[in-house]
Amino acid sequence: MKRYIDFYLATMKISILEQIQYSVANYFYMIGMITEPVIYLVVWTTIAKQQGGSAGGYTVGAFAAYYIIWTLVRNMNIVFTPYGWEWRIREGRLSMELMRPIHPIHADVAFFAGWKFVVILLWLPLAAILSWIFKPTFDIRMMEVVVFFLAIWSAYLIRTMLLSLLGMITFWTTRVSAIFELYFGLELILSGRLVPMTIMPVWVQNLSNYLPFKWTFFFPIEVLVGNMTDAQLWSGFGMQVLWIASGILMLNLIWSFAIKQYSAVGG
Amino acid sequence: MNPIKLALTYLRIGILNEMQYRINFFIQLLQSFISVATGLIGLSLVFGQVTTLAGWSRPELLAVMGVHLLMGGVIRSIIQPNMERLMDDVRNGTLDFALTKPADAQTLVSVREFRFWQLVDVIVGMVVIGVAFYQLKGTFGVLQLLSFLAALIMGAVMLYCVWLMVTSISFWVIRVQEISNLFEGLYAAGRWPVGIYPDWLRTGLTFLVPVAFAVTVPAEALTNRLSGTSLLFAFGMTLLFVILSRGLWRLGLSNYSGASS
Repeated sequence: MKRYIDFYLATMKISILEQIQYSVANYFYMIGMITEPVIYLVVWTTIAKQQGGSAGGYTVGAFAAYYIIWTLVRNMNIVFTPYGWEWRIREGRLSMELMRPIHPIHADVAFFAGWKFVVILLWLPLAAILSWIFKPTFDIRMMEVVVFFLAIWSAYLIRTMLLSLLGMITFWTTRVSAIFELYFGLELILSGRLVPMTIMPVWVQNLSNYLPFKWTFFFPIEVLVGNMTDAQLWSGFGMQVLWIASGILMLNLIWSFAIKQYSAVGG
Repeated sequence: MNPIKLALTYLRIGILNEMQYRINFFIQLLQSFISVATGLIGLSLVFGQVTTLAGWSRPELLAVMGVHLLMGGVIRSIIQPNMERLMDDVRNGTLDFALTKPADAQTLVSVREFRFWQLVDVIVGMVVIGVAFYQLKGTFGVLQLLSFLAALIMGAVMLYCVWLMVTSISFWVIRVQEISNLFEGLYAAGRWPVGIYPDWLRTGLTFLVPVAFAVTVPAEALTNRLSGTSLLFAFGMTLLFVILSRGLWRLGLSNYSGASS
């Protein structure tokens, strides 16, 4: 166990030191990403205003709060991409990583986890500017802050598992971009990334309850923005833990099949 | 050397090249369908709440979506690949090979790459526009068609100019990949008519990244909102962008000293 903790701490430290150096590049990337929620926010603010101040139960201020927290959750959701898996398998890079005495996925999880600290630091001024422009309304309890902290890290782990599983399809075929895009399309609709799930038709909401997507986007945002009871907060977090556990299980299962398929071509 | 002949030659090479990878056509088709599907879902969510958005009806916004898709296809098939290759060439010093050729350098660097399969988005965009137009039950006069085509061409020229200007920055600054990322993010704003955005953002989308001229103005031509004056204004802006980008390109080029290789 100590071996793992040491590995995680060391990798996270390296990643923080590395990413701090590229803070300008990181900033450009973050600003480029912020246009997406701003577009959604403007559209839904227009609708809410047209309807006299609210749409689908969200006021103008609540929409602003939703999409500003969105930007943090989206940043937490950035993990090693399935395209990265495609690259590392196609180019034979995985061979090197397999040589290490630790499962390669630990390096991904630790590296991106370290990066998150830099991202959160850089996010704060952006959030301040967005709040100044769009004037969100918040009603936050202490318990919500605690669960939010846990929920964004759980969201990070869930999405890491999902995208790693997706990326591992590359072990069998290298024509994967269509599958990836289909996945991202589904995720956009079913996670709360496009609109708060409560605006979706009821059958979509029901469907999303049985899928992992909304636990990576909608749930963490709603923890801060919505008005959940303590019981709802903790049962939601319980669902996240359940998805993490099943993710780890699936990952180990698929990995044991997948690695037999792997034959390096160079690297 | 005749620039049109040059462009057509590169076009032919590009098509021949891409014809080797026919399965990419189906992958591109699937991706276009995914973006149309998510766009339609977005529209249906909006119109589940209201009947018009900032004065635009559902078929009218469908037309905006079609134009956005079409223009996105133009960007990804011609403009973006050429400009990305230019960035790489400047960084690696391989731009020398283009500069020593007996043709206008700007023309040459703008036509070298062509992603044929990305044109699927252009076709799909046209189909979406067609459907929107059918739903509008509008009458399409010759004048309207001409102003739509003119707005479309001017919009594409303006987008090309902005890309060229951004890429020309790479003569001074090395890492411009992030800037092109930012451009893609801003282009996504064209999915909706720029009129809905707050003033500061609308100004940016009109004059800095002319998404307004590239998508909203052609869509206005389609939906009978475009006045002669704004078409004239678009023409003036196009001229301005062409002159500015040409100037910046030459300034950057005079700054280029080649590198290794």
